[in-house]
Amino acid sequence: MSYTIEGSTGPWEVVIGLEVHAQIVSHAKLFSGAATAFGAEPNSQVSFVDAGFPGMLPVINRECVAQAVRTGLGLNAKINLWSRFDRKNYFYADLPQGYQISQYAHPIVGEGAVEIELEGGVTKRIGITRLHLEQDAGKSLHDQHPQKSFIDLNRSGVALMEIVSEPDMRSPEEAGAYLSKLRQIMRYLGTCDGNMDEGSMRADVNVSVRKAGEGFRTRCEVKNVNSVKFVMQAVEAEARRQIEVWESGGTVEQETRLFDTQRGVTRSMRSKEDAHDYRYFPDPDLPPLVLEANWVEQLKATLPELPDVRRARYMALGLSAYDAHVLTIEKETAAFFETVAKGRDAKLAANWVTGDFFAALNRLKRDISDPPVTAENLGALLDLIADNTISGKIAKDVFEIMLETGQAPGTIVEERGLKQVTDTGAIEAAVAKVLEANADKVAEYRSGKDKLFGFFVGQVMKAMQGKGNPGLVNDVLKKALG
Amino acid sequence: MNPTDFTIAGALAALNEGALSSVELTGAYAKAIEQLNPRINAYITPTLDQAMEAAQASDARRARGEAGPLEGIPLGIKDLFCTAGTRTTAGSNILGSFVPPYESTVSGNLLRDGAVFLGKLNLDEFAMGSSNTTSAFGPVENPWSRANDPSKRLVPGGSSGGSAAAVAARMAAGATATDTGGSIRQPAAFCGIAGIKPTYGRCSRFGIVAFASSLDQAGPVARTVEDCAILLRSMAGYDPKDSTSANLPVPDFAAAVQRGVKGLRIGVPAEYTLPGMPAEISKLWEQGLAWLRDAGATTVPITLPHTKYALPTYYIVAPAEASSNLARYDGVRFGLREAAKDSDLKDLYQRTRAKGFGAEVRRRIMIGTYVLSAGYYDAYYLKAQKVRALIRRDFEEAWASCDAIVTPATPSAAFGMDERQDDPVKMYLNDVFTVTANLAGLPGLAVPAGLDAQGLPLGLQVIGKPFDEETVFAVGHAIERAAEFRALPQLRAAA
Repeated sequence: MSYTIEGSTGPWEVVIGLEVHAQIVSHAKLFSGAATAFGAEPNSQVSFVDAGFPGMLPVINRECVAQAVRTGLGLNAKINLWSRFDRKNYFYADLPQGYQISQYAHPIVGEGAVEIELEGGVTKRIGITRLHLEQDAGKSLHDQHPQKSFIDLNRSGVALMEIVSEPDMRSPEEAGAYLSKLRQIMRYLGTCDGNMDEGSMRADVNVSVRKAGEGFRTRCEVKNVNSVKFVMQAVEAEARRQIEVWESGGTVEQETRLFDTQRGVTRSMRSKEDAHDYRYFPDPDLPPLVLEANWVEQLKATLPELPDVRRARYMALGLSAYDAHVLTIEKETAAFFETVAKGRDAKLAANWVTGDFFAALNRLKRDISDPPVTAENLGALLDLIADNTISGKIAKDVFEIMLETGQAPGTIVEERGLKQVTDTGAIEAAVAKVLEANADKVAEYRSGKDKLFGFFVGQVMKAMQGKGNPGLVNDVLKKALG
Repeated sequence: MNPTDFTIAGALAALNEGALSSVELTGAYAKAIEQLNPRINAYITPTLDQAMEAAQASDARRARGEAGPLEGIPLGIKDLFCTAGTRTTAGSNILGSFVPPYESTVSGNLLRDGAVFLGKLNLDEFAMGSSNTTSAFGPVENPWSRANDPSKRLVPGGSSGGSAAAVAARMAAGATATDTGGSIRQPAAFCGIAGIKPTYGRCSRFGIVAFASSLDQAGPVARTVEDCAILLRSMAGYDPKDSTSANLPVPDFAAAVQRGVKGLRIGVPAEYTLPGMPAEISKLWEQGLAWLRDAGATTVPITLPHTKYALPTYYIVAPAEASSNLARYDGVRFGLREAAKDSDLKDLYQRTRAKGFGAEVRRRIMIGTYVLSAGYYDAYYLKAQKVRALIRRDFEEAWASCDAIVTPATPSAAFGMDERQDDPVKMYLNDVFTVTANLAGLPGLAVPAGLDAQGLPLGLQVIGKPFDEETVFAVGHAIERAAEFRALPQLRAAA
């Protein structure tokens, strides 16, 4: 059942395309050596190049190019060995050169695709039109002084990738899933940290609506939406607005709009008539960017495992589709799981990570980057279960103690004497004692009341403070009961 | 003998022999500047106190045996090169009292080699002009004058008018200059000195205020071809801070000067004979070719069929790039700022740029904005790029039959300050012989070769293959030697 919005004239389809701006993880800016750390003092990470001083020239940062190529490879896209930088000319106080260096006509990455997962295990392919490199502008601060605007150029010149999708999405859910998927891929690649609240990733959302079977109608672009949730809300709000315009006999005009997150509506920023003429032309300060096929191959060979591949691998290890999905959403979670599972039973590891460990994270409001139990210790706990040092039940108690004390599981088991009893003599003694004390129940059991077996196990375990090896206890009991 | 009479090569020899100190040499130039600059206006910002200190330091280095290749030579720096701690204006009000905290690579290379800077030289505003009359700091006067009208003040050419006038009047031993369409070669020809625009990419553009990035190239002006070769060797070299800089070794250009022209094939392009060109210029051209033949070269007719499109192409490409390069002068971060009405940003831009830029710069920004605009881009900018490729190909094909090309440097001798100011297109025609080398990125040298009937210098131009400045210097020197150009301008340092 596809997504539609019900208007007064019937159902409407929504058509969505995204332009995602992703800040490249790099120590230096795209065309200057200035640093790029987030949250630094205003204007503390600015070179004369970034400030557009006379006679300053851009020099491309090789690492930023490598990051764009890695991202392109991660999006299964064509890498263009020849690309070019253009100038996008417009005046603004936080644009020091009076132009942005971007790739207009010849982007570094061409067509590609990503697969998104939707509810009910459905997947959908979303086409990527292109990815290009460009520099970020600075930031205007209008709230520092009643008459003046302040300019912070720390972001000026920071390397961005603009990833343009095909208009392949048909619902807020798909738009959200696509953005999440891009973020996930780039975080796996280490090419963008995906911190949307720090502005490392933001999306321009193109929305239009249509009746089933129609071609595309006029679209509007909602600028600078900075979270998955807001993208989904903006799509719906903008689609509803357009439906209202069409249904009241009006015409949707192509324009740029902003999403008001407070009121949940979009409002006009500038119309098509006010659109800038950017006067794009090839930047004469930069020769064309020519990549060697060998270099691209090297980057490809050293690419980390991507989420889709990793998920498939986990399922091949016997994990459920759900567990495999949950464990691969964040690269850090997958890495945690990999450490826990290394050389151990993957299914058992997955159960523990997605079960007790995730529950602990939620309960303690901790993050995977700051786990209350290390992956190594959780793995060691699994080892204690596997070699019968403790039972699965005792392991849960040990895990709780690990959370509280941060101690290694071996230490806890040792210090607290939680080691499972595997000495058959001790078990036989305990069994004998229980059977002796419950002679009536033994008689009942022997006359056919099989269910009582569980009762005897419980009694023996209780007598042994839970430390009896459950398998051995079963064996000994069965033998003793004949 | 006045120390300012030395060529750079001569002064270096005298300094090496201990017959001269940099303090003496620099002092003589300082005196000449004090005496002549009020009239000629070649320097916007003389830095004579610093120059004397630098000369002392240079003499001390020489005494310690640490002399660089240009040790103690006093030079003027075109005010388009950023100089750390010294005001850099680009001849414009919009840079106001801008003092760069950084040094251009080219001027830094000269300092590295021991040069002493006398100050910052006048130029057309943002290097846009052919007469040095668009400078916000007043026009420069050519030290030469007409025999029949000595009181008429002539232009030194442009945009490097201050550089050429200073060297001709002996207010500097040599000077840096830049050439986007002829801004080294035309003023050198007008002032009776030598000047070379090297191959695009030979000198770094880092720290040079940009006019048109794909055409701008720094080079020296000096009294002789050999002096130009000495200066260029110091100025040139790969610079990782300029992505268009060529990663090639810098040859010993001075050694190539004496190479001779025996066996060289000199191309003579048919298209450089213009209707209405003064007979004196055609005659000088003929004469130059005859000298080269006498020295053992052969001359061959060649054709550069797209030459007639060069000037219109240039006046699309250069303003297009300039309109974008000059967008950074917005009053926000440095230079002039005119207060805006009602704190309106657009108003700040409009007031600042209207007040800061002169008429010629505004004209070119408007032309450039127009040719890049939606709907006009294909017809103008894109077409110009295609024609530029054809012009480049003309030369590539010509190199099959010749080793260097010789043409007139300019279509006329220096003109009066009050002449040709009414029609910008007439002014643009000054560059007709020189723009092709910029569009094709080729080295071009202007060398003084004779005088016209009024006693004004005329120059010839030598164009070479990419990165073959050595042949250009050899051909230029052969012309220079045969021409025995000894005339001196009326205004010059007094003994």
